[in-house]
Amino acid sequence: MSALVPLPVLLPILGAGASLALSSYPRVQRWLSLLVLVAVVAVAAVLLVQADREGPQTVWIGGWPETLGIVLVADRLAALMLLVSAVVTLAVLAYSVAQGMTEDEEGAPISVYHPTFLVLVAGVANAFLAGDLFNLFVSFEMLLFASYVLLTLGGTATRLRAGTIYVLVNLLSSTLFLISLAVVYAATGTLTLAHLAVRLEELPDHVSLLVQLLLLTTFGIKAAVFPLSFWLPDSYPTAPAPVTAVFAGLLTKVGVYAILRVQTLLFPDSPLTDLLLWAALLTLLVGILGAVAQSDIKRMLSFTLVSHIGYLVMGIALASRLGTAGTTFYVVHHITIQTALFLVLGLVERRAGSTALMRIGGLARIAPLLAVLFFVPAMNLAGIPPFSGFIGKVGLFQAAQADDGWLAWTLVGAGALTSLLTLYAVAKTWAVAFWRTPREAHEALAAIGGDGEPIPGHDTGLVHEHRGHVHTPRGVVSKQDIEEARRLGDDDTPDRDFHTLIEAGEDTKDSPLGMLLPAGLLVALSVVLTLVAGPLYAYGDRAAVDLHDRRPYLTSVLGEDLR
Amino acid sequence: MEVNLTLVVITAGLMGCGVYLLLERSLSRVLVGLVMIGNAVSLAFLVAGGPAGRAPIVEDGVTTGISDPLPQAMVLTAIVITLATTAFVLAMAYRSWQLNGHDDVQDDVEDATVRRLALRDATSDAYQATTSDYPGDDSSGDAGQAPEDDPVVALHDERGTT
Repeated sequence: MSALVPLPVLLPILGAGASLALSSYPRVQRWLSLLVLVAVVAVAAVLLVQADREGPQTVWIGGWPETLGIVLVADRLAALMLLVSAVVTLAVLAYSVAQGMTEDEEGAPISVYHPTFLVLVAGVANAFLAGDLFNLFVSFEMLLFASYVLLTLGGTATRLRAGTIYVLVNLLSSTLFLISLAVVYAATGTLTLAHLAVRLEELPDHVSLLVQLLLLTTFGIKAAVFPLSFWLPDSYPTAPAPVTAVFAGLLTKVGVYAILRVQTLLFPDSPLTDLLLWAALLTLLVGILGAVAQSDIKRMLSFTLVSHIGYLVMGIALASRLGTAGTTFYVVHHITIQTALFLVLGLVERRAGSTALMRIGGLARIAPLLAVLFFVPAMNLAGIPPFSGFIGKVGLFQAAQADDGWLAWTLVGAGALTSLLTLYAVAKTWAVAFWRTPREAHEALAAIGGDGEPIPGHDTGLVHEHRGHVHTPRGVVSKQDIEEARRLGDDDTPDRDFHTLIEAGEDTKDSPLGMLLPAGLLVALSVVLTLVAGPLYAYGDRAAVDLHDRRPYLTSVLGEDLR
Repeated sequence: MEVNLTLVVITAGLMGCGVYLLLERSLSRVLVGLVMIGNAVSLAFLVAGGPAGRAPIVEDGVTTGISDPLPQAMVLTAIVITLATTAFVLAMAYRSWQLNGHDDVQDDVEDATVRRLALRDATSDAYQATTSDYPGDDSSGDAGQAPEDDPVVALHDERGTT
């Protein structure tokens, strides 16, 4: 038993309260939230070591007789998730503090931001530590409510539109969760995971299958598993960059964690391998095809996020030690990488005024540091060999190969294809946003009907008009299209593209160090993951052994006699 | 286990009405639907708690005949969360009305754009050789949306850039 276990939840909650009380002292508020998150990182690191050396750490909250109250459990998997999420949220918070200090975004009440962010962190930590289903539900609600507020921060029209769908979908999934809780309680009379692990086995098969499907659907919505992923790509990109980063990095992974926990602890005898493999297959393919079609980098990344959830589900579906170890490693890799990418993207948006591929270009020369910061995690995401993305994918493919079913082999093919298509999507982004010059971007945009007049006296021969059509290097557009496009503007994007901004001398020249540093450190961390892949994978393997054995978890919660 | 059939029937009725309302475009109707579903779930918990009994207070050491307090505690939590949800969605509906003059749930702008661009690619390929007439399309003509909200943008067209 360790008194440290509740701290990752308690510290942010208390911090949120204090932060709210101190909302008229923004400077104190900033330092307070940073301090709290540093403390959480430290606690999580200690918990990780303890859980690895001494087995699962448990605390019964509230002084009830044991096995009656609310239990928090930090086993190897939970401790690892806790540490990664704490590190990532700390980086995001540092980034947003720097952003808030350099530009006071209009209409964004910064005083609300810090308390809400801390509640989100507490919710995520609680979800990882929760030892019973109802506590898991409450932590989902905590992090969801914080995310509703963060997503609609400032209440602008765009965020409201995207937020509506996000809120409604998640409310529905919460309702579904409650229904499954009612069913579980009616069937077993308990919601403590450890008790359920013992009692569900005594239920008739069809009842426990019903319970399992209800829980999987609920968590599938949170984790954005196809076909329950439709809400994600629309809602994430509209939020402020740090918010999108933390959502993309953490929230879906909480769902994945819940699926993994439930599948290994509660339903070890009914892995539903085929069903989950099909879901993984479709998630991989549909997600990545969506990413290829996108013309905005944020949306493209949101679709790759959906797609790569497929890899995680694949590892879970295999229900083997290899698969679980692969998923554990891949989760760590993906949390880091996805957050890093969105943070860098926030810097790109700040520098170039937009993330729409149409409007930006030439960043490789203008902002070489940003280009490197984007390039490294982008290649990592696609799974280029030296990086951790490659190692994670190889691990999962090995697990599938060990499974040796035809569906598992199909998944290997689909996984490789997805990896290639991810490479295609990020390479396209790289070529357009970083290689070509802003002037080329501007001309292409002007030619097909964007704002801004063509530049007089400058004819690259790339774009010309002929018989009522405008010919660009990659296609022909009718003039009527152009007029229509000119008539109807998109209020989502700013009025001017990167080239116009540069010409007017109004582009943001530098990226503040306070934002570069957290983003850079996360990118560095993602590279370090490659270097420590051996020990990390071994840790993931030990966590997988624990998860499939179940005894370490059960005995630490219920005692030796499993009562 | 004894099951109270009345509760089950009411739960099912509320749930059905709630789901129907949830499919509406107007956010305030959706909200009413959510509240109904929330109440249905609370009733479902009462069913899950087993037969009704005395208030769950242990008097003189007598513990028989009392109803299970745990589902009630859970329902209480659920009710509190539903309350907060209602307040938040109401605020969103009001803000939406402030900004747009209606509280309809709107379509994903980029999705509509991508869909339209795909259609346009197909049509312009077919027609460009013969005529400059552009066959109008109304692929995003949603009943719930005012025409001026129609998310038509060619600004994201990628053809010239990739």
